[in-house]
Order: sequence, then C-alpha cells, then structure tokens
Amino acid sequence: MSAPFVPHTDEEIAEMLAFLGLESLDDLFSTVPEAIRLAGGLDLPPAASEADVVGRLSELAERNRPAGSRLVCFAGAGAYDHEVPAVVRSLASRSEFVTAYTPYQPEVAQGVLQAIFEYQSMVARLAGLEIANGSLYDGAAALVEAANLAAAATGHQRLLCSAGVNPRWRQAVRTFSAGSGHALEVVPLAADGTTAWPSPEEADGDVGAVVIGYPNFLGCMEDIAPARALADATGARLIVAFDPVASGLLRTPGAMGADMAVGEGQAFGTALSFGGPYLGLFTCHLSDVRRLPGRLVGETVDRDGRPAYVTTLRTREQDIRRERASSNVCTNQTLMAVTAAIQLGWLGTTGLREVALRSARATRYLRESLLSLPGVTAAASAPVVREFAVRTPLPATALVERLVEDGFLAGVPVTEGFEGTEFEETLLMTATERRTKEEIDAFAASFEKAIHR
Amino acid sequence: MGHEHEPTLFDLSVKGRRAASFRTSGLPEWGAEELVPAEFLAPEDETVELPEVSERDLVAHFTRLTHRQYSVDLGAYPLGSCTMKYNPKSCDLAASLPEFANVHPAAPPSCSQGWLELLVELEEALCEITGMVAATLQPSAGAAGELTGLLLMRAYHSAKGEGTSRTRVIIPNSAHGTNPASVTLGGYKVATVGTNSRGGVDLDALKATLGPDVAGIMLTNPSTLGLFEEDIVEIASAVHDAGGLLYYDGANLNPILGVVRPGDMGFDIVHLNLHKTFATPHGGGGPGAGPVAVDERLREFLPGPRPARLGDGRFGWQMPARSIGRVHAWHGNALVLLRAWTYIRLNGGDGLRSVAEMATLNANWMKERLRGTYDIPYDRPVMHECVVSAHGLAKETGVRALDVAKRLLELGFHAPTVYFPLIVEEALMIEPTETESPQTLDALAGAFLQIASEARAGAAGAGAAHDAPSTTPVGRVDEARAARHLIATIDQRAS
Repeated sequence: MSAPFVPHTDEEIAEMLAFLGLESLDDLFSTVPEAIRLAGGLDLPPAASEADVVGRLSELAERNRPAGSRLVCFAGAGAYDHEVPAVVRSLASRSEFVTAYTPYQPEVAQGVLQAIFEYQSMVARLAGLEIANGSLYDGAAALVEAANLAAAATGHQRLLCSAGVNPRWRQAVRTFSAGSGHALEVVPLAADGTTAWPSPEEADGDVGAVVIGYPNFLGCMEDIAPARALADATGARLIVAFDPVASGLLRTPGAMGADMAVGEGQAFGTALSFGGPYLGLFTCHLSDVRRLPGRLVGETVDRDGRPAYVTTLRTREQDIRRERASSNVCTNQTLMAVTAAIQLGWLGTTGLREVALRSARATRYLRESLLSLPGVTAAASAPVVREFAVRTPLPATALVERLVEDGFLAGVPVTEGFEGTEFEETLLMTATERRTKEEIDAFAASFEKAIHR
Repeated sequence: MGHEHEPTLFDLSVKGRRAASFRTSGLPEWGAEELVPAEFLAPEDETVELPEVSERDLVAHFTRLTHRQYSVDLGAYPLGSCTMKYNPKSCDLAASLPEFANVHPAAPPSCSQGWLELLVELEEALCEITGMVAATLQPSAGAAGELTGLLLMRAYHSAKGEGTSRTRVIIPNSAHGTNPASVTLGGYKVATVGTNSRGGVDLDALKATLGPDVAGIMLTNPSTLGLFEEDIVEIASAVHDAGGLLYYDGANLNPILGVVRPGDMGFDIVHLNLHKTFATPHGGGGPGAGPVAVDERLREFLPGPRPARLGDGRFGWQMPARSIGRVHAWHGNALVLLRAWTYIRLNGGDGLRSVAEMATLNANWMKERLRGTYDIPYDRPVMHECVVSAHGLAKETGVRALDVAKRLLELGFHAPTVYFPLIVEEALMIEPTETESPQTLDALAGAFLQIASEARAGAAGAGAAHDAPSTTPVGRVDEARAARHLIATIDQRAS
C-alpha cells in the first residue's frame, strides 16, 4: 500500500475484495460514472516521510519570525503573548482530549463534558453573567452570534456598534449581515477614544443590539452606562465585547449592565498560533438560554443516580431544528475551551488578578516610556489599562518594519476599520505579564532611534 | 476507564492554594487603584473567584477526567459522517513547532513568509483535490464554510442582478442539519427535495423545483446514506440550466480522494472539513477548519485578505476585487491548516487515493458482514460509510438502534451515529474509515452481530442491551432531567 496510515496488507485487501465478489479496488467505484472519474491521479508531490516533511517545514520555519526572545512582542489587538506553562501544554495535549469527537455518547465522554462544564462555570464568572456556552470559533464569531441572538430576541435587525469594537469582528458581522439582513451602523469614536453615542432621539427607532468594547480596541476604558441607557431606550440588547484577562481587575460586563458579553479567550492557554485556532467566549443571561448558540453542557445524573454531564437543551441546535435553528454551529473549539479551563485552574483567583495587574503595570511603564519620547503622543486621552495607541512621527506600518530589524514586534498598525479617522496609522501596543523592565527599556531606546532615523 | 466520580475543580479548591508563577519583571509595583480608574475597578466583593489548586491537584484532576473519556487513540470510532480516522502524530509535531505556533497574526509579512508560503501551497493542493481554482482558508469549521459558500452564491447572483429574485436553495431530505440552518442564515429559504428508491436525489422532483427563483443546490456526495449520487452529471446540468449554482458539502469527501473531483462533477463551490478528510484531530468538538474552494466565476468574491504569491518569490496578502469580506477574525484556524498540509505531504497524491480506496473497502466489507442481521435500506455498493437499520431487530426484540449503540460502548467500541439520516428508521450509520485494520473491523462487526443474536436469543439478551452500558464511567444519562432542571455552571448548582 502506498498510504502511510492504512494498515491493510496486500493479502488482506485481496481477501476483502474476494469477500465482496470484486476483482480490483477500481471495482469499488462502480457507482461513479466513468465520464467524470479522475484519470491520471492527483497532481501532488509524492508521499514523504515525517523526517522529509519536517525538513521542509524547517525551511519554511526559517522564514517566520515568531514572538520570543528574538522578537519581543508588544503586539495585541486581540491576540496576546501570555504565559502558557508546561503543565497546561502537557494536560491540553493529552490525546483523550485531542482525539475525541463531540460528546454525543455521554457515557464515554464524561472527561470532555465535565471539562466543558468547568469551563462554562469559569467563563460565566469572568463575564458576570449566568450562562456561558461551550465555545465558539473566536471573538468575531461570538459577536456575530450575539448579534443574531439579539435580533431574534428583539425582532429588530438594526445593530448600533461602537467603532471601538475590534474592527475585524465588526467586519465579520458585516460579512454575515449580507445573509441575515442585519443593518450594521458603526458609531464613531470621539477624539478621546470613547464612543460618541447618539441620543435615543437621534438613534430614531427600534434597535436590536447596542455593542460596545470594554476596554475598547484602542485600549480605552469606556463608561458602559450611556450604551446601557441607549439600549433601554431603543429596546435593544446590550452586547459587551470584553477582555476576559481584564476581569482580573475590572468590574465584569455583567456587573456593568451587559445583556450579553462576548470575547476572545486565546489569552487563556493558547499560543499566538498565527491567529487560530482561538476561542470565542459567549455569555448571556439565563433568560436567553433557549436562544443560546452552540453547545451547552449540563449537570445531571445517570440511571443509578451518579453525577453525570451531558450536552443539553439540544433542541436549539441545527441537527434537530434544521432550517428553524438560529445558529448553524456544530464543530466549535472544544479543545481550546478545555485548555482555557486548565489555564484558569492554574491561575486561580489570585493568578488571574496577577496576570491582569502585571499586564497593566507593564503597559503603564511602556506607555510612559514611549510618551516621554519627543514626537510620540497618545492617540486618545481616555484612560487605558492594558493596551493603548500612540501617534508617531512616521507611519505605524513603516515603524513596525524598522523595529522588527531590532528584534521587536512593536505593535499593530491601526488601519483596517479605521480608514479616514484620526486613529488611522496610529500604533496599537500592549505589554503582557511576560514583559520585563529590561525589555521595555531596550525597546524604548530602539523606538526612539527608529522614529528619528 | 475511570469509574470513580471526579469532583469538579471548584470542589477541590482550597482558598489560598496556588499553582501559577510569573516572570520576574523588575517593573514598578503600582497598585490596582493606581492603574484602573475607580469606577471600573472591581470592589473586593466582586472579585472573580476561580478554583485554587496546586499544580499537582490540577494534573491529577484533568488526568482523571481523561480516564473517563473515549478517543480515537483508544480505539475504533465508527461514527458515521464524522470520519474519525487516526490522527498522525507527525501533524501534532508540525503544529507544535514554535516558529509556526508563536507567530503573531498581525505580524508584518516579512515575519510570516514561511506561513504564507505554506498556506498558498495548501490552497493549491486543496484546489487540485477538489478540481477548483481558488480557495479561502478562513472558515473555522464545516458549518462556517457552508455559510461562507452561501454568501459567495449570493454575491454571484447579486453581481448578475439576480440577488433578490433568487430566494431558494434546494437541499435533499438526507442532508446534514447544518445545511438547512446555513441556508436560513444565508438569507435563503429551504426547498427540500426527496430521495428516490435508489437513495439518490429524486431527479423529477428536483426538476420540478428548479426555476428562476432558485439560487442553487447543496449536495453531499457521497450522500449521508454513503451512496454516490449516480445522476450527478444530470443534476448539475439541470441546476446550471436554471441559472443556479452547485454547492458541494465536503463532509464525505474522504472516499473520493483521487477518484473523482467535485469540480469534475460540476460543482461550483466546495467546502472541505480538514478535521475529517485530512485527519486533523477533532479536539472533543473542535477546532476544525472548513476551507471553501470555488471555480473561476466565484474567485473574485472570496473572503480576504488572502495569502498570495507576489511574483518575486515573496508572499503577501491580497483582497479579492469583490470580496464578501472577512469570515474570521484573522486568517483561519492556522495550526489546523498546518496539520492538514502535513497530512497531505505525508500521503502524497497516490496515498490519498489509497485512503479513498481503503475507506470504501472497509465500509462495504462492514455492510456485507451485517447483511442478514440488520436491515439494509437502499441496498447498493457504498462509499465511505454504510447505513443499516435496527428496524427489524426492534420489532422482533424491542432492541432499538439506541440500545445497540449503548451496548457497543460496553463492548469497547464507540457507537455509530444513530437515528441519522432522518429518512431511515432506526438508522445505524457506520463509518469505519481507512485506518482501521481488518482485525479491528472483524471485532467491530462481531460486536454488532453479538448484540443482535443476544437480543434474538431471549429476554435476557434484550435486557442486557436495554440496561447498557454498565461498564462505562457512568450509565445511561438522564438527559431529560438535565434540560428540565438546568445546571450549566457551578453557580447554578448552588442556587
């Protein structure tokens, strides 16, 4: 056999074909019309050994610059360089978690089910809301689903979304609105970096959802009360796109009045991974649970009364509800959810607070170091906690390229989604708990040279 | 497997215990009140409480959970439509390489040339395999791919001025549930067509349904019955003649690799489930990856930015001229894509053809072994899976498909998919995949036969099936109670 993971010997294949009354493997495909069968095989490189493939990967790897000691990372924008300890990597790579399917047979899936239950419990607390689902693809997908839930629950398809919400997530909402028919209206930011919400009169009419970032994409802390008031006045659900790491310090979205809170959970145990697979956090009030997208695990008992877990409220889901389902999600990101539960267990109450506090300290120190440089100014005046944007004497995109040469990933240029605004070509930066004073000092020195070169 | 109930991590928590430690930073130790404006700072009584455990307890807890979990690495997983094949460890190795795993998604292209080249190579390979010209790698799973495909269909018709007149998408009644759900989210109405006596699409019904208001058809081929759609060429020309597009649901691509390509069948849009066909692990329900490949007419509408060859040996990002926009926050589930690239390289073109052959051989062999014991609706040669029915068995003995499934768990196998497709009563949908050996198949078939013969031998045998499983970590789970008395978090348990 020419396939590396097929166990059959030639003798076994001959026996099986004989059992079926067939003469050759080609006879297996008698139901495929001759006219459309592929002649000549696939035009792909020939099979390679693991060693050969790793050799090729090593060549490609040399042309990547990963975050690490040779490229110190100050980039965030929804993807963060947080600590992932060996214990989390080890547990999350156990093959029972990695190679299982969706837990359709709960009697042999208690491991994954219980881990999801623990994940849901932790994420609901991070958001300050009663219900968290078992995961969605990423933060963008979570926002798309929240908008769908809001529209279905209110009967209104107008979405008032702050420009301070991650622009890539906004774009995903816009893309999927082509099918759902939602009308996305982006509410601009004021010069201080917080949302310039319309009054209820200006908003003029029924709204399905009001969406705000907390903190927002530019790192600014925004008062949620005006968004809450606007939602109340227009009959909308209030969706808060939150940073779950910041929940170690900040009041939760739920405590601030959110109806739903969505976020990106990559910070909890998942590497930067070139953007995926990440983890969509989705939380809502218990009153919305029957519209919840995706999987939900509940605690129950088995027939002998022993504690057990099972996916529940299944009639919401696509395989039962079909065209009447409000979400099509099937495969989600369970392994990332299990990973997050392990990481959050590793952190514990004080560890979560410390990650948030240490990231806020590093960010403060970085920000003060850079703002002391001539020509560097804050892009927004609102308070920031763990991320911020600066204006620099040369365009952010060019500055990033220069600093890569010195071994720093300086940040993420604010481009996509901010075209034509005063924040375009500012540089969005963060420092996590992994950054040291020594790294930040060296970076600030390089930064100064780069902007005045 | 682990039979002892495992308390939750919250139950194991002891206040003040900890596992985490952090890098020595040398930074000023500002207090929280100096860093966060007072109105946003969580007061003491709003602290987010997480479990507090030692690293040793953490390891013991999650390790014990893994002992209560079945997986492909443990044994056969003949879950129909899910293609639970063995996941090669070489692919895990690839995904763990730090030069890939630690690249920031917003790093400039100068920092991600290796990634971009790999993604372009993967796109080219997937196009060769499907007979398409271009693909997006952004969708995170099959359902995301479906919706992306439907939005491409919408963009295509809109560009022709038929965006509002084409309002329906046709789906056979054997389709996966994601298809109709995706159609609704794509802004279309579902038009269902039936199945003919041979298990294929009812061609007359299809032709009667086609018209200027039809945007296209979504087909899974081979179907969820495991059958190749014999009339596919005629279906394709009928749909195209009516101005519609053909969408290929790639859930069942495995048995046609190197045998026949969706593009050559006449499909215009194809999604692939890399977590099925290309062996990336399912992770207990994700992550997956659902790239969407298209023909020339749809290329300009693909989501972007897309990885692209720039011509001077360098790689970068390009936005298609009339792109429908982003469908992912970044570039897709990149580490899943990397695993699939690795799998394709390990197999080569000939290896992928062997995958299809052996998957098909195994499924047909299984069907023939179960003949006479279980009913075989739509009795034709199958492709990747066979659907048999416990209808007769249930009438004779009271042992239903669900009982067969639960008794199989007891006998050491994962269950097949049951009660799907919906058009088969008491369906048992069995997909052995190519990575199971004849010996494993023989044992699995033996288990199916044993369950039926025990049931037919008398009440004791039927009772054993009704009571199953008794050797698993828990017995049959009270699903009704879970829904009636919802406890989805530890805090709901307390209240």
